[in-house]
Amino acid sequence: MRKIGFLLSVCVLVTCWLPSASAEFAIEITQGVDNPTRIAISPMTLGGRALPEDISKIVSADLDRSGLFSSISRQNMLSFPARENDVYLRDWRVLGAEYLVVGDVTDQGGSYKVTFSLMEMAGGRKLFTKAVDGKAAQLRDIAHHISDQVYETITGIPGAFSTRIAYVSAIPKNGKMSFRLMVSDADGARERLLLASDEPIMSPAWSPDARELVYVSFETGRPAIFRQNLATAAREQLTNFRGLNGAPSWSPDGRKLALVLSKDGNPELYTFDLITRKFTRLTTHFAIDTEPNWMPDGKSLVFTSDRGGAPQIYKLTIASGQVERLTFTGSYNARPRLAPDGRTLVMVHRDKGDFHIASQDLVTGDLRVLTQTYLDESPTVAPNGAMLIYATKQGSKGVLAAVSLDAGVKFLLPATVGDVREPAWSPK
Amino acid sequence: MKNQLLKYGALVTVVMALLSGCSSTGTETDTAGAGTSVPSSQVSTGSVSTEGVTATTLGTDTAVPRVFYFEFDRAVLNAESTAALRLHAEWLHANPVNVRLEGHADERGTREYNMALGERRANAVRDFLISEGVNGNLLEVISYGEESPASLDSNETAWALNRRVEMK
Repeated sequence: MRKIGFLLSVCVLVTCWLPSASAEFAIEITQGVDNPTRIAISPMTLGGRALPEDISKIVSADLDRSGLFSSISRQNMLSFPARENDVYLRDWRVLGAEYLVVGDVTDQGGSYKVTFSLMEMAGGRKLFTKAVDGKAAQLRDIAHHISDQVYETITGIPGAFSTRIAYVSAIPKNGKMSFRLMVSDADGARERLLLASDEPIMSPAWSPDARELVYVSFETGRPAIFRQNLATAAREQLTNFRGLNGAPSWSPDGRKLALVLSKDGNPELYTFDLITRKFTRLTTHFAIDTEPNWMPDGKSLVFTSDRGGAPQIYKLTIASGQVERLTFTGSYNARPRLAPDGRTLVMVHRDKGDFHIASQDLVTGDLRVLTQTYLDESPTVAPNGAMLIYATKQGSKGVLAAVSLDAGVKFLLPATVGDVREPAWSPK
Repeated sequence: MKNQLLKYGALVTVVMALLSGCSSTGTETDTAGAGTSVPSSQVSTGSVSTEGVTATTLGTDTAVPRVFYFEFDRAVLNAESTAALRLHAEWLHANPVNVRLEGHADERGTREYNMALGERRANAVRDFLISEGVNGNLLEVISYGEESPASLDSNETAWALNRRVEMK
């Protein structure tokens, strides 16, 4: 007796914040740059009183996690200045600090205003003073904003500390897996449950405005693509075809999805117009065509196909339908994602039997293996193009790890419940 | 072989007798429908009837394998699988019931590619059954990719168990 109404325990939660044991996330940096920049973040308090969130600790952790900085421990600090005028340069030079961040917090009746300055110790000069405000629940956002400003001023690259990550976690339940679609801050904090199901959830992908996700859920008994708003939790089933309904990717202009359907016999790429609701078939090939990802210009897609006998990455120009093979190194290259520069392709690459994350320069064609962990998959690039997060295995447990695109910095994200897979870095 | 089939026949008769009083005609909806709104709290599929379906359970002798295994990144049926599928085809030819063919992959490789690979494997089973005379309308292919492994371990033995098609 197969079937009849898969009445599954699918629950959608929007305001449900998972109880988090602690706001401190121990991130294990496994490899950093040789000479990270020494920076000190002076504690930011409300006239000596601690805030509900320790802003300077969050900023220090953000900058440390980039691998480019090494923050100075609070225990070693000789003074805790809040304003530029309170700073004694020798207190910081003796600690080897190259930069110092100070911040002054004022209570504005229900919200906090943080006025923060970045100082360069060598010349003793101030690089900027800026202000940001928000409610108590936004103190982590304030901290990530400060990290972004500091990071961009010193490195010249926009920070990506205010972004989020969507991912899927699978938890064993009565001998079967139970699945959760989660969203957290980029540092793993403020983990939030979006969807729980006893059937698989796969392939989360962000809308370009970072307000919605598309993903695949098997809650109807077969794979279907759903769209879900993060703020309201409102969701809509977009596809219900026989066969595969998978690998959604949101177009840069927000209007279309690229996706995979096998309704006509085998997996082909389609676009789905979210306004006109029209499907347009893009490929016609007896091989597997899957895992489309938009180029930043919205005019072409990169995708995986085994039309050459094994999975390799191809580029499809939508207007002309022209297909061009991009990868030639290795016997298995799949699930391409583009860095925001549109030039760096990241992918899953099989190298001597092992699956790793590799990048390829689309201009020079050079392929570089970035990771040495085990069963690496699902690379997703930060919107500033500096790092990527991917899924890997530690023992038999799925965890998330990060590597800089120059392979110089590597770290593991904090462990969370269950088998974690398929990270998707928000575009903003 | 002949004796075996006779035995299946007897079993089928019993099963059919048991089921004749409570035949179900439930099948999945499979019509394409874009933009179906789903209430956030509950999701269900509709039902349509399929004519000519009298039994609901695959009645081939339970000793005949219902799980078929594959090589890495391949969807070719081995001799053991085709032998078993011939017996299922014979039974299904005489007893048209809906069958679900669930395709799976091991954890190596990417997830959506493995979805396609699981489907290719299930299609190989479907195509073989059709070539043996089974009505293709009875066969539904669903791929689970690597999302529903038979073994949660991460080694060659587990991977071999996970590269499979389950007939339900």
